[in-house]
Amino acid sequence: MTLSPLARRVLAGLTFGVLALIYLPLLVVVANSVNPSQSMTWPPDGLTFEWWRRAAHSEGAREALVTSLQVAAVATALALLLGTLLALALQRYSFFGKNAVNLLVILPIALPGVVTGIALNNGFKGILGVDLALWTIVVAHATFCIVTVFNNVQARLRRMGTSLEEASADLGAGVLTTFRLVTLPQLRSALLAGGMLAFALSFDEIIVTTFTAGNGATTLPIWILNNMFRPNQAPVVNVVAVVLIVFSIIPVWLAQRLSSDVEGVR
Amino acid sequence: MSATSADTRPGRTTDPALRGPVARPGSRLLHRMVWLRLTLLLSAPLAWMLLVYVVALAALLITSLWSVDSLTSEIDRTWTLDNFRTLLENDVYRKVTVRTLGVAVAVTLIDVAIALPIAFYMAKVASPRVRRMLVVAVLTPLWASYLVKVFSWRVVLSEGGLADWTGLGSPGYGLTAVVITQAYIWLPYVILPIFASLERVPDSLLEAAGDLGAPSGFVLRTVVFPLLVPGIVAGAIFSFSLTMGDYITVNIVGGANQMLGNLVYINAGAANNLPLAAAIAMIPIVVMLVLLTAIRRTGALDNL
Repeated sequence: MTLSPLARRVLAGLTFGVLALIYLPLLVVVANSVNPSQSMTWPPDGLTFEWWRRAAHSEGAREALVTSLQVAAVATALALLLGTLLALALQRYSFFGKNAVNLLVILPIALPGVVTGIALNNGFKGILGVDLALWTIVVAHATFCIVTVFNNVQARLRRMGTSLEEASADLGAGVLTTFRLVTLPQLRSALLAGGMLAFALSFDEIIVTTFTAGNGATTLPIWILNNMFRPNQAPVVNVVAVVLIVFSIIPVWLAQRLSSDVEGVR
Repeated sequence: MSATSADTRPGRTTDPALRGPVARPGSRLLHRMVWLRLTLLLSAPLAWMLLVYVVALAALLITSLWSVDSLTSEIDRTWTLDNFRTLLENDVYRKVTVRTLGVAVAVTLIDVAIALPIAFYMAKVASPRVRRMLVVAVLTPLWASYLVKVFSWRVVLSEGGLADWTGLGSPGYGLTAVVITQAYIWLPYVILPIFASLERVPDSLLEAAGDLGAPSGFVLRTVVFPLLVPGIVAGAIFSFSLTMGDYITVNIVGGANQMLGNLVYINAGAANNLPLAAAIAMIPIVVMLVLLTAIRRTGALDNL
């Protein structure tokens, strides 16, 4: 099949046009962080760092950021542990109900967010009878983060094969020694990738979070949501948004580094 | 998935007589008892998933069959179908359900329509260097915060915002804004699976079809498209499910409109009617179950 030059040009134009459109709103947010107009009218008629100064002094934003980092760290740690165990079990053994377990892991992110949210909300409040707090968010986040670690580790295990582990066992190493010295080092970058995804997922999650957050528990997304509609806080939210956009480049950069590392080894 | 890679060869794991000395007794036991290893690996994650999630889902179904005492606002644990009767008889719920499904379908159609040519360009037309660049360009917004993206559209579509300034005019906050924003947010989730399945179509296949005299449009329709169906279905499920489960976007750019998620949230919180909230949540669950069973045969589920 040969595409006419015109068709190629149309496709290229469309692709780059849509990509430009994808980045445009984010650039507008960046520009608006120095827009003197509080209601962010376009185009900006000046330059101000007032919003950045206010954001730097915003107690609420800082506390929410710390809360979010804590929640994401604990949820990621739990997801790393549970996801790795699960991937090892499913990839290295066959047993009755394997497919059901596989489905079960995907379910929390495959089902619409409100479903997971209300199910956990009802589970905590209605069934267990506990008050929503910060730890209820952590439990919820860990539950849907398991799948990202699981996917990464499982894919790595599949590619690794078992010959190195068998060699280690044949040479007399115990099960745990083999895991520590042979399996784990090979899993390292998969764990890093899965953990990074889990962290980002938890740090950013808002739908399930609104259903499982107690009164005092304000993660950064909840703070953004609460302050977005207040006219005098909206510019500060805008600055926080810019900071988040800048931060979101880090994992992309890291992922690029990681994948080039992997290719280098091969 | 990978049943073949699990080691089931008889006698594979143990034959202590043939082996050298193994480290410690505990380790030897672990080595010999496959089921013990499996139990140790599986018990913690499985217990977590069952206790936290399966129990919660089952409880949700049960709660939807309870009711709330209007006087004490305590949950009344007698079986009743009242909640579902309310859903069927009350106009609001039907309207909101139709609206939610409509938005989800619109977002999915728009995203697939945009993603197809882009994925095709990325996989089959662009040079390898440009392709790698484009993949990064598509992936990067995935890492940007969801709320930041919704917020950016709130700003763009606001009165006196960018959309107004360009002269195109802003549709204002409403369902159109919701569809635009959701289509924007979920687009990468649709491009990637379609791109992945396109990459798996060998170029030689397209060349062969071309050499045999098939015009481009004919090749696209009869050779490429059938191979893409699983990728398209996977992407469509993502965008459909994600849109259906979202109620934050409609809060931010949807004006006074509500989606199913808003009704669930209000009943679970302010209205203090968990049983009704649970019943409303059954709607997206049933929709997803019907959808997933219907497309199971296409093999697209393996792509998720």
